[in-house]
Amino acid sequence: MIQIKNLNVTYEAMGEGYTALENINLELGAGKTCAIIGPSGCGKSTLLKVLAGIIKKYEGVVEINGQPITPMKQKIGFIPQNYGLLPWKNVYENIRLSAKIKNKKDSDHSRELDFFVQQLGLAGLEGRYPGELSGGQQQRVALARSFLLKPDLLLMDEPFSALDAMTREEIQNVFLDVWRKYSVSTILVTHYVEEALYLGQKIVILSGIPGSISTIIDNPLFGIDDIRNHQDFFQLSLALRKMIKEDWSK
Amino acid sequence: MIEQRRGVWYLYGILILFTLWYIVASLVNLPIIPTPWIVMKNLLGIFVSKILIHGSYSLWRIVAGVILAVIIGVPAGLCMGYFPKWDRALSPIVYLTYPIPKIALLPIMMLLLGLGEVSKILMIFLIIIFQVIIAVRDGVKSIPKETYYPLYSLGATFGNIFREILIPASMPKFLTSIRVAMATAISVLFFTETFGTEYGMGYFIMDAWMRVNYLEMYSGIVVLSCMGLVLFGVIDYLDRKICHWQYK
Ligand SMILES: Nc1ncnc2c1ncn2[C@@H]1O[C@H](COP(=O)(O)OP(=O)(O)O)[C@@H](O)[C@H]1O
Ligand SMILES: [Mg+2]
Repeated sequence: MIQIKNLNVTYEAMGEGYTALENINLELGAGKTCAIIGPSGCGKSTLLKVLAGIIKKYEGVVEINGQPITPMKQKIGFIPQNYGLLPWKNVYENIRLSAKIKNKKDSDHSRELDFFVQQLGLAGLEGRYPGELSGGQQQRVALARSFLLKPDLLLMDEPFSALDAMTREEIQNVFLDVWRKYSVSTILVTHYVEEALYLGQKIVILSGIPGSISTIIDNPLFGIDDIRNHQDFFQLSLALRKMIKEDWSK
Repeated sequence: MIEQRRGVWYLYGILILFTLWYIVASLVNLPIIPTPWIVMKNLLGIFVSKILIHGSYSLWRIVAGVILAVIIGVPAGLCMGYFPKWDRALSPIVYLTYPIPKIALLPIMMLLLGLGEVSKILMIFLIIIFQVIIAVRDGVKSIPKETYYPLYSLGATFGNIFREILIPASMPKFLTSIRVAMATAISVLFFTETFGTEYGMGYFIMDAWMRVNYLEMYSGIVVLSCMGLVLFGVIDYLDRKICHWQYK
């Protein structure tokens, strides 16, 4: 269970405080998924960084299962917007990094690692360095790294943005498989209404500036097989899009 | 394949240098500039009896000085780059001592530490360490802060960050600093070896000069420059082995 109460985040920029997030309240049950959608610059990445334990200076309460965010104790898988791969590690070493740091003792993940490499279409690229990969390939390496960790909380900042439409659908399904298998609590940031509808049990609409929550929607279409081809899906995404347009133009 | 081609380029370099040398020697036509062939013949003749022992001494002093500078300079640079407090405290000391011509300290060091190995190795150490500290520190400072995020969110210890980020990220700048410092180190080594020792390439060359044995003198110079070639070659090799990711 993730609980955010009265969260305010202020950046220090040029000697002045800049409020990036204002009065955020959000609750997410254990093992649920949540999609965050919002205009650029409204603080989506900031919110994820707070949950990932990277931003430590904030007001309010942010807890996982009643515990404040402490990366040392909790298993948090974080995929930053720029994928967060280390340029001096090849694909294999980059994927292994999370498990290497987190599960120091039981170090044999090679079979699972191979499984995710296959699933995410990275076979044959294991020896390459991030500088030799396309944006979409880097993104998939970052996904493999987080999936291998089997985190308590999975945070993904625009995780499918660099993928082409066909690959995106495939990888979204890989994510759903992983999520079903390990019931990982997930918060993901996205720009696409369809993606939010497909992957989010809860959909949070942020508006800015400063970023605040304008609506939280319980997604009735989540988890229905082949939902992307249903009429309901089109209608709801149209409705949602209209709502967001009005909201952001305020 | 590529390794072989690199070797070929080294051969080209040697060939061009020898040709120039030969042309100058033929033009001047005096014993003070012998032709390369005579020098190489002489070098082969005295290699086992003389060069080996002198060369080993010089190489040992250089390597010992470099290793000492690495052992102290790299951790210092990493900490100064990562912890702003360390940087604030230590940078002024580094900036104040860095510009002091180290060679000016040689007489003092010889008085305090004697004429033996210690003062010579310390000299090399002093020349290299500042470049290492500054290069490593700046290497760490230039890491974008986003690079740390995945490790922070995994609850990485300082040891993890050290191993996975700080060391690999600063490695290219570190190797460049050793490269830059190496040439200075070799010339200063030459100078220190003209005092208080009977071993080392510096001694050998100066001794040959005093005895007006130009052939041995040139042999010594050739060996010294080959030593440089080997040391630079080793650094290049390490660069390709450890830092190949940055050429991708
Ligand atoms: N390190 C920082 N210092 C100052 N301001 C920042 C910093 N990071 C982000 N901001 C500002 O905070 C706001 C929210 O940023 P961000 O969370 O990255 O937005 P989003 O991910 O929704 O596009 C932006 O207006 C941005 O300019
Ligand atoms: Mg963002």
